[in-house]
Amino acid sequence: MSDAAHAHDAHGHHAQPTGIMRWLTTTNHKDIGSLYLWFSFFMLFVAGSMALLIRSELFEPGMQLMRPDFFNELTTMHGLLMIFTVIMPAFTGFANWQVPLMIGAPDMAFPRMNNWSFWLLPVAAIMLLGSFWLPGGAVAGGWTMYPPLFIQGGVSYDLTILSVHIMGLSSIMGSINIITTILNMRAPGLALMKMPMFVWTWLITAYLLIATMPVLAGAVTMLLTDRNFGTHFFNAAGGGDPVMFQHIFWFFGHPEVYILILPAFGIISQIIPTFSRKPLFGYASMVYATASIAILSFTVWAHHMFAVGMPVAAQLFFMFSTMLIAVPTGVKVFNWVATMWKGSMTFETPMLFAIAFVCLFTIGGFSGLVLALAPVDIQLQDTYYVVAHFHYVLVSGALFSIFAGIYYWLPKWTGHMYNEALGKTHFWLSVIGMNTIFFPMHFLGLAGMPRRIPDYALQFTGFNQIATVGAFIFGFSQLLFLVLVLKTIKSGAKATDQVWEGAEGLEWTVPSPAPYHTFETAPVVK
Amino acid sequence: MATGKSSTLTKLVIVALGMFGFGFALVPFYYKICEVTGINSGDEQSLVKNTQVDTSRWVTIEFDANTNEGLPWQFKTTQRSVRVHPGQLVQVEYEVANHSDHAIVGQAVPSYGPARAGAFFKKIECFCFTPQTLAAGERRQMPVLFVLDPSIDKDLHTITLSYTFFNTDPRAQTARLPEKVPHV
Repeated sequence: MSDAAHAHDAHGHHAQPTGIMRWLTTTNHKDIGSLYLWFSFFMLFVAGSMALLIRSELFEPGMQLMRPDFFNELTTMHGLLMIFTVIMPAFTGFANWQVPLMIGAPDMAFPRMNNWSFWLLPVAAIMLLGSFWLPGGAVAGGWTMYPPLFIQGGVSYDLTILSVHIMGLSSIMGSINIITTILNMRAPGLALMKMPMFVWTWLITAYLLIATMPVLAGAVTMLLTDRNFGTHFFNAAGGGDPVMFQHIFWFFGHPEVYILILPAFGIISQIIPTFSRKPLFGYASMVYATASIAILSFTVWAHHMFAVGMPVAAQLFFMFSTMLIAVPTGVKVFNWVATMWKGSMTFETPMLFAIAFVCLFTIGGFSGLVLALAPVDIQLQDTYYVVAHFHYVLVSGALFSIFAGIYYWLPKWTGHMYNEALGKTHFWLSVIGMNTIFFPMHFLGLAGMPRRIPDYALQFTGFNQIATVGAFIFGFSQLLFLVLVLKTIKSGAKATDQVWEGAEGLEWTVPSPAPYHTFETAPVVK
Repeated sequence: MATGKSSTLTKLVIVALGMFGFGFALVPFYYKICEVTGINSGDEQSLVKNTQVDTSRWVTIEFDANTNEGLPWQFKTTQRSVRVHPGQLVQVEYEVANHSDHAIVGQAVPSYGPARAGAFFKKIECFCFTPQTLAAGERRQMPVLFVLDPSIDKDLHTITLSYTFFNTDPRAQTARLPEKVPHV
């Protein structure tokens, strides 16, 4: 593998296949980065449409548009697709584009493996989506795949397990590539503690992926053998324990939460210093905070399952370890605010999204602290309060950071400035739409509306209607974003090499658009 | 550079494979944790502990069994008395036998001595709840399952629980079955 990759690097400019074969066979980190980002963008619309169907059904109490089992399929697939085919590939796309550019490397460490990591994803996505047309429909047991439901479903459940295996393999290969690139291919003089925060957060994220994705693969393998080969890991009828699945799943699942947010922290830590025209406040504490979050994330998993029952001592342990994570996260938020403090700030679209990220992610963090309290969590388990919480951290957290990053680096990638007016319109529609959907869900949850149910009691109607209106504003404003990206690729003011006045780092030393091959001779960092 | 990359690759692949194994190792680990801490064992979870037993007191309960003269049955207790804590779940057996040559339906009626003790008897299962049919020559063991309410008067140390079986066929009776069987 590495020999072949090396030979490819040495040749550099050989004849490029054209058309579809160019993209199928590409080993260029920029091509693969673009593929990841376009795939993620496409899946955002697919999984987002499912969310709009869910919200349409919930516009009124009673059953209007669909059968309840189709509603369950939608909620399950919306979750699986948004996590595994939208947020994660988008961040991997950023890593592919930016990590070599930021550390002065010519490409990723294993370009052919990189090609494989990407092209496994559409296969997995087709298997997941195709299961809608199988007998019995798509998986409907919730994205967390809990037995006993998950060992009772039809053939689409087997297909989902295989799809999760493939997506896991893709993530592990991608992570190996990223770690190897960062550890071995940094420009001379670029010490670890001089790396841009985005590179740091991705290094730690990649380690988390390598440590937890195989555990998920193990858990779904056990589901597969329970379903098809007569084992009884989780089948109570054969002496197994369904609660054990929850422990194994969340041992993966909680670090996964940080896999979805640490790269976001990295992107925001690049953007805020640029538009505050100040270096990042507390760089070292930022690195240590990221590492502490990653390590602590392995000790908190059972806060997802307080309601299944556990000894009081265990509840206390998981409650306090969860609250402990608020400390390094608080350090990060403090550092971002301190970076802005007395900076010469300007508010271009990337900065607007970054500031919205800091404010709204913090709201999501606070509702997370509320849920971390074991006695409160037992009340709020599986209510819309939980839905509000994780959408605040995933939509206004992860997704907004992706928007911010796209706006920030798009001029470097395309050579054109995006349309600022259109960008700001997209921002305001997104931020208003997002809050209109998810803020009322806090109230619904506190009032006791359960999640994952297509019908609800009459008194919840008002807030649900507000949320549905917000969902359509948010959903359709993403079409604006698509138009903006397409327009920027085709036309727009010529971007300078540095693009942003306050931008610092190796990626801003190469021309805009970034040439197909960059840093073939390594730059020297002083 | 290539050797650096391939050694990193090897290490990371080993970590990934190791974590796949770790996922499966969590299974015995989970059961061991449950065993050591006693969290998931059947007795702990399925049997709810009775926290209402007042172990500071003893009450003696004496049993008495009678048949009304219109009923050709033999009816007796299998034990004369038990000593229990208030709040404790108690099960006792009575034995009944039909000595006649035809099936008879009988109904047992309880009485308590002193009478106010009756209010503190919480019967969960009793043969006196329903009429009992005994075939000719049939012999049967019948349970009474009860709890003595922990709020029972402090001065009650001995209680007598007495049952009398009546023939439900009105023609056979000399003394009448009460119009309404007291709610037991």
